Amino acid sequence: MKYLDEFSNPELAATLLERIKSTCTRRWAIMEVCGGQTHSIIRHGIDQLLPDEIEMIHGPGCPVCVTPLEIIDRALAIAASPGVIFCSFGDMLRVPGSSQDLFRIKSNGGDVRVVYSPLDALKIAKENPDRQVVFFGIGFETTAPANAMTVYQAKRLGIANFSLLVSHVLVPPAISAIMESETCRVQAFLAAGHVCSVMGTTEYPPLAEKYKVPIVVTGFEPLDILEGIRLTVRQLESGRHEVENAYPRAVSTDGNPAAKAMLTDVFTRTDRTWRGIGMIHGSGWRLSEKYAEFDAENRFDVRGIRTIESTLCRSGEVLQGLIKPHECAAFGRECTPRNPLGATMVSSEGACAAYYLYRRLELTPVAVHA
Amino acid sequence: MPELTQVITATPNPIDLSGWTCPAPLRDSPTIVMGHGGGGAMSGELIEHLFLPAFGDAADGELGDSAVLTAPAGRLAFSTDSFVVKPMFFPGGTIGDLAVNGTVNDLAMSGARPLYLSTAFILEEGTALADINRIATAMGHAATAAGVRLVTGDTKVVDAGHGDGVFINTAGVGVIQDGVDIRPTRAAVGDVVIISGPIGLHGVAIMSCREGLEFGTTVETDCAPLSGLVQAMIATGADIHVLRDPTRGGVAATLNEIAKASGVGVTLVERDLPIPEVVGNACSLLGLDPLQVANEGKLIAMVAASDAETVLAAMQAHEYGRQAAVIGRCVADHPGMVVARTGLGGNRVVDLPIGEQLPRIC
Repeated sequence: MKYLDEFSNPELAATLLERIKSTCTRRWAIMEVCGGQTHSIIRHGIDQLLPDEIEMIHGPGCPVCVTPLEIIDRALAIAASPGVIFCSFGDMLRVPGSSQDLFRIKSNGGDVRVVYSPLDALKIAKENPDRQVVFFGIGFETTAPANAMTVYQAKRLGIANFSLLVSHVLVPPAISAIMESETCRVQAFLAAGHVCSVMGTTEYPPLAEKYKVPIVVTGFEPLDILEGIRLTVRQLESGRHEVENAYPRAVSTDGNPAAKAMLTDVFTRTDRTWRGIGMIHGSGWRLSEKYAEFDAENRFDVRGIRTIESTLCRSGEVLQGLIKPHECAAFGRECTPRNPLGATMVSSEGACAAYYLYRRLELTPVAVHA
Repeated sequence: MPELTQVITATPNPIDLSGWTCPAPLRDSPTIVMGHGGGGAMSGELIEHLFLPAFGDAADGELGDSAVLTAPAGRLAFSTDSFVVKPMFFPGGTIGDLAVNGTVNDLAMSGARPLYLSTAFILEEGTALADINRIATAMGHAATAAGVRLVTGDTKVVDAGHGDGVFINTAGVGVIQDGVDIRPTRAAVGDVVIISGPIGLHGVAIMSCREGLEFGTTVETDCAPLSGLVQAMIATGADIHVLRDPTRGGVAATLNEIAKASGVGVTLVERDLPIPEVVGNACSLLGLDPLQVANEGKLIAMVAASDAETVLAAMQAHEYGRQAAVIGRCVADHPGMVVARTGLGGNRVVDLPIGEQLPRIC
């Protein structure tokens, strides 16, 4: 595919790896923020090819993983309500709530549907005027514009039986939270390319300056990631801390103005709890007052649902880069993609699942002898 | 019968009435009604006027309670499979040819030459007869192409809303010639892993129409009978250790099952995998692994390295193996596991899909 095959070229990858090796003189810890990048790094074995000095810390950028248990339980309660058609992206279906998941709700007769675009959910609402149709709108800035568009269209077209269960989170506040953590080991960030294709890059220079960390906007194909790492290492080695764009084919400084205007209209900033990390001030979006009637949490009586996370699961430490997935005692034993204790084991973008799926060969013995 | 003609032409796929005999087929209804499964006159009419003509020369039955078959010399292979694919019609195939080829291929994977098939239908009330006719006709053509006879069958009807149009079960019997010993437990360290052609086409064809996704070109299913290909491989005299068709769960699931059953490790080289561009693109878009996408006309063979060239040549000489390729090896390391060398030179575990494939969020 154009723009995919070219960015997986093994010869060019070898050249980039060579340049990274020749630049790198000491140990560096770099966090890739986005789960898509984590998936790509592990899926292609990029971390195995990097020089030993470079440690990739897998960040909290998997939307499935950081969606708090409380919201999942609220989603399950709504999906189990009579007359509701509950629409979601596919990989939310297996995320465990406190006692069950959306698959279980579906097998018990709930009308749970996988959609590929949130606008499909709006279409379902139009076709089923006597049913309440709810879309589970989670994700970072990347998925937010399409979710905003559904609500905008629902209001414009008067589709009153549609609502959105919103749990949007934002990258810049997460970077701040990680840098301000006492245990932080991160020395540089690969910023999430697709988030920046929407939002642009202007939010990042103040962060690079405040925390003295290089931030390199990076894509998702193997060469994109290697180029992002190369620029990051170059900055680290020369003592610079700037924002660089290693993904210019998709990201401009200003991002996508139409999408940003839509986001400003539909959403407003709010505090959000991140699964495994906790509450981060101003780290998410909820529907603005203008669109409050389309908020599923206003339409269904679910705000009283409060839950406590499993103590066995250390996904919070994984999401903060404090431990590698296989350093958790439950990894590959009590916790597998089939029986996940935490969300990082569910989505293939989650660090635990990526390690389990692709790295079990080397890691299982580590876990067994641990 | 002017009224009947009028009603039938109103359906999307009109039944071809030429060659049909009186009494008027299926009374006055252009759709399945509960009576078609009742075992009475309407059931009989459905068989006599729809199924038997549609099956054509492949049909071979006296409509008794059971088919009476002559036992051939050699060991018998026996297999059954049910088909619930949605939609019933997809690019390059229907649930009907899938139901025939599915069981034909399951028999072929033990080295058997398929001989007889049963066909059992669970029809949902309200399904258009024209659709049933199209499916049954496809089954007749597929059976003829695979050289199997449709010898016995059954039809049941369920209430509207309690089925999904048409469900089909087929069971089949085939004969295995002496000296052939093909089993999933026979993979040995050093065996070469061969795939008969490009992977992922059936799964992507189904997803493209089920999800309304378009990829610029129409992707057709690879649904095909593999018994001829298998017989050509056996005819080389090579000792074929394992044959499997990587249907649901794709190549990943099949190789994992063989690795576990035989206690060997399997290594794949990603850049040697025949992944059609459109399959690669669709999988990139949906966040799926082409190795986990279903095939319906491909087989995986494991043969001793000394036989690999002969078997590969025989496969490439057959219409369903033209693009056959070596994709990996059986090794003593990591028994029960499949490991792929990535395009960049790293390694990754190739796992069994857990359940249904779920597209990633972004």
